[in-house]
Amino acid sequence: MSSVFSATFAWLADPLHWSGSMGIPTRLAEHLQYTGLVMLIATAIAVPVGLFVGHTGRGRVAVVALAGALRALPTLGLLILFVLLAGIGLMPPVWALVILTVPPLLAGTYAGISSVDRNVVDAARAVGMTELQVLFRAELPNALTVMFGGFRTGVLQVIATVSVVAYINLGGLGRYLFDGLVLSDFPQMLGGSLLIAALAIAVDLVLSLFQRLFLAPGASKLSDRSQEAAVDLTDPVVAETVVQGGKS
Amino acid sequence: MEWFLANTGMILERGGQHLVLALVPMVLGLLISIPLAQLARQSRALRSVVLTASSLLYTIPSLALFIILPTILGTRILDPLNVVVALTIYAVALLVRAALDAFDSVDADVSQAAQAMGFKPVARFLQVDLPLSLPVMFAGLRVVSVSNISLVSVAALLGVGNLGMLFTDGLQRDFVTEVVVGIVAILVLALLMDSVLVLLERILTPWERTGPRRGRGSEDDHMEPAGAASRATSTAGEAA
Repeated sequence: MSSVFSATFAWLADPLHWSGSMGIPTRLAEHLQYTGLVMLIATAIAVPVGLFVGHTGRGRVAVVALAGALRALPTLGLLILFVLLAGIGLMPPVWALVILTVPPLLAGTYAGISSVDRNVVDAARAVGMTELQVLFRAELPNALTVMFGGFRTGVLQVIATVSVVAYINLGGLGRYLFDGLVLSDFPQMLGGSLLIAALAIAVDLVLSLFQRLFLAPGASKLSDRSQEAAVDLTDPVVAETVVQGGKS
Repeated sequence: MEWFLANTGMILERGGQHLVLALVPMVLGLLISIPLAQLARQSRALRSVVLTASSLLYTIPSLALFIILPTILGTRILDPLNVVVALTIYAVALLVRAALDAFDSVDADVSQAAQAMGFKPVARFLQVDLPLSLPVMFAGLRVVSVSNISLVSVAALLGVGNLGMLFTDGLQRDFVTEVVVGIVAILVLALLMDSVLVLLERILTPWERTGPRRGRGSEDDHMEPAGAASRATSTAGEAA
């Protein structure tokens, strides 16, 4: 056991693995590029739809049903289906990942908007704000924390799933796992796994720091409970966002 | 369709493996997280330690955990035990949060009334707190069930037998039908488990259907943490 660990650390420490087109920095950059691209497209789709549904309440049932059904779709199956149908290349897996990332973002946006105190919304309307102003000046600012929760879940899900993408011959840190598997090179697999775990934890820390510093400087002083209290936890889609779901 | 009919036996076998790999961690996770949540409720410090640790573990991607665990457990990489342990860790991480929220959702007045009527702590927990926390608990369980079923298929990449094998095999043979059958089979399995959970919840919480619905006024929903409970009651029908 200890020999596996020392071999893994030797693999991680080897300067050969820190340069070149198969080096750790390159793989890390690829991993982050895929993640960024997917998040960009998914956010552009999910946030406007979530805002609309959260604000008007129209299509609520459809969104809840769709998000639930999409959540049950197996990541791996969808990735492979897209590759078989559309061929190898960057975009097929990216679209598969977008489909998987939209539900948590949508659920987060929708849960965020609907968790805003109705009194605040009514008050905003009463002082004469138009519907758009109500949405962007009253609901959105109050919903940001919950919405960002959905975004965080989404980012972590994509980082995890991008490691699977390596199985279909794309780059990213997942390559070390599958190259290692083929070669029965366990230190390489373990090294890659540790890098992926470290990346996920680091990104989550950065996002939570961002959330604390910029999104809710006041809210962090309140206990978490008072914020969650207004959210309906028996709705599985909402529960997923609050309980922190969406996993690959 | 022909392929499906010709391979029903194999698909059922893989489906069975899949179900076991998803179900066992869910049950284990539930059994671990209820006492853990009770423990975490003892103090604020314990609560934040449990929540931080669980969210940290939950952050680790499944594929990485499947590979890290054998080194810690001393198992082989193909051992289904790795998958069970990994998914149990995720289930505990989700369910501890759900259980904490669930126990918090129990109206403190009800709990105190039970105490005043002479319920001993253990009896009060089993007969009052636990049943009343079920709706929120079940929401958590349904999330775990769906997420487990989807996650099990990732283990097929490493060669652990389950429905995910249809994906890896389909890719190698460039055979779309097999992949589609795999996706449908997993969706059916997820739907089946979800229906069982919904049914179980209905049986275990008969008052949710017949009892008077509380919490119509939106004011007190937002005022106190227990508001989650009254909202839970008022919307349980929709969620199901």
